[in-house]
Amino acid sequence: MKQTKRRAQRQASSPGPAPVGTALSFRGVGKTFPDGTRALREVSFTVRDTEIVAVVGPSGSGKSTLLRIASGLTEASSGSVAVGSAVPGYVFQDPTLLPWRTVEANIGLLAELDGVAKEERRRLVADAIALTGLAGFERHRPKALSGGMRMRVSLARALTMRPSLFLFDEPFGALDEITRERLGDELLRLYTRERFAGLFVTHSAAEAVLLATRVVVLSARPGRVLAQIEVPFDYPRQSGLRFDTEFTRTARAVSEALRESFA
Amino acid sequence: MTADNAPLPVARPLPRVFSRLAGAARTALPPFAVLCVVVGAWYLVSYALFAPRRRFLLPPPHQVVLDGFLDWATFHEILSALEATAKVAVVGLVIASALGMTFAVLMNQARWVERSFYPWAVLLQTIPILAVVPLIGFWFGYGFWPRTIVCVLIALFPIITNTLFGLRSADTGQHDLFTLRQASRWRRLIWLEFPGALPAVFTGLRISAGLSVIGAIVGDFFFRQGEPGIGRLIDGYTRSLESGPLFAAIIVSALFGFVVFCLFGLAAHLVVGPWYEPGQRR
Repeated sequence: MKQTKRRAQRQASSPGPAPVGTALSFRGVGKTFPDGTRALREVSFTVRDTEIVAVVGPSGSGKSTLLRIASGLTEASSGSVAVGSAVPGYVFQDPTLLPWRTVEANIGLLAELDGVAKEERRRLVADAIALTGLAGFERHRPKALSGGMRMRVSLARALTMRPSLFLFDEPFGALDEITRERLGDELLRLYTRERFAGLFVTHSAAEAVLLATRVVVLSARPGRVLAQIEVPFDYPRQSGLRFDTEFTRTARAVSEALRESFA
Repeated sequence: MTADNAPLPVARPLPRVFSRLAGAARTALPPFAVLCVVVGAWYLVSYALFAPRRRFLLPPPHQVVLDGFLDWATFHEILSALEATAKVAVVGLVIASALGMTFAVLMNQARWVERSFYPWAVLLQTIPILAVVPLIGFWFGYGFWPRTIVCVLIALFPIITNTLFGLRSADTGQHDLFTLRQASRWRRLIWLEFPGALPAVFTGLRISAGLSVIGAIVGDFFFRQGEPGIGRLIDGYTRSLESGPLFAAIIVSALFGFVVFCLFGLAAHLVVGPWYEPGQRR
């Protein structure tokens, strides 16, 4: 009884449906936590279908809160959120794997929670493993994997549900530079193939420009949109793009906006 | 590549065997050295400090072995007493585990259960068990089950606290994952919280197993009625000044506790070892 009530409540607060062509839209979204901390103020922007929008901003500017609101994990205090896909794929900063499950079983977790039949699940898992280059590691446990490999498993797990919208919460933030770049390149390739919509939270201006169609810069707490910078590159993008002068210029524009946000 | 490495497979296995032996020696030698020192000191005290007339207070080790372990009648007596005690301890531990884990799960599911019962669980732990044992005999008699109650009382608390701690060890991200999929409480418990709690559960079981053995011996020692266990035997040997068998009985009960402790260590290693990373729960 209590539980159905709670679920109904969650449904009422969960994001509403988005208009056609829009994967996700925030309209005047604000968030104040029960302890009085104001995390977000009047945030409005849209993620169109098949578009990756990167969100950069200082620590504590409510970037993660924005993702939690989009997924329905947290309720917005004001404004409205509209989401195109039923349940977005969520990739957390930590891989959040279950250490007792094998790679295979971890990847299949969401499908299993959703009650997908075993045969279908096996196919979804095999596809995700092929897409993320995890072949050969199916029976390993997270303990035996490096940070980068764990992140791949986390990504594969989100892929199994074939969401049309992905929420990335600094997924490569805890990794070393080289692994970070490699996974960025892989995500680019994946995006070029699958063309999902994505909201990508990151600290790195370069990472934002490499991956995204548009970069949203948030201010310090309470976060509000300071600038939206279009990235003038088509997909597929190659990792060599990092050395392009136009790339450098765009990344500098993001960095400068980011520096202003600290002021 | 292969040509370069060709001699290696021949050359390597030998040092590996040696290093494994050396590793085993490193673990086994220090405690063995301590044993030697203790036995040596024991001999010294027994022969240097006690006149032959009073040597029964600390009989030399070989006397203990002769009187306690090699005298079949005595050793048989000790073993059958140990069997009775072990039965009580094991049944007590099983009941304490079932009760303790159930309580921990209930406390984890509903705050009010925790708020209502946890203070009493703490109180249960602080009651001096020796003060309660006579009361238990007084109420329930001196048979098998009253002894088991003593074990349950003494072994329950570590299971509750460790299981509860373990159930709460899943991180927010893992919970979010289940929330996003609208997983039921039951799913969350069986797929996330309980497996995550296993390392802590085994820690609790290990502590409680030792306590349960102590509970069985204490109960037996104080009841002095019903089927005799190792506690009564120790009491009897003390009264009749049979120090050889007395020391043997003490050693046997200590060994039993040690074996139980190791068994749970092994079980934890088999169940949790393949995946558990201490200090890094991801």
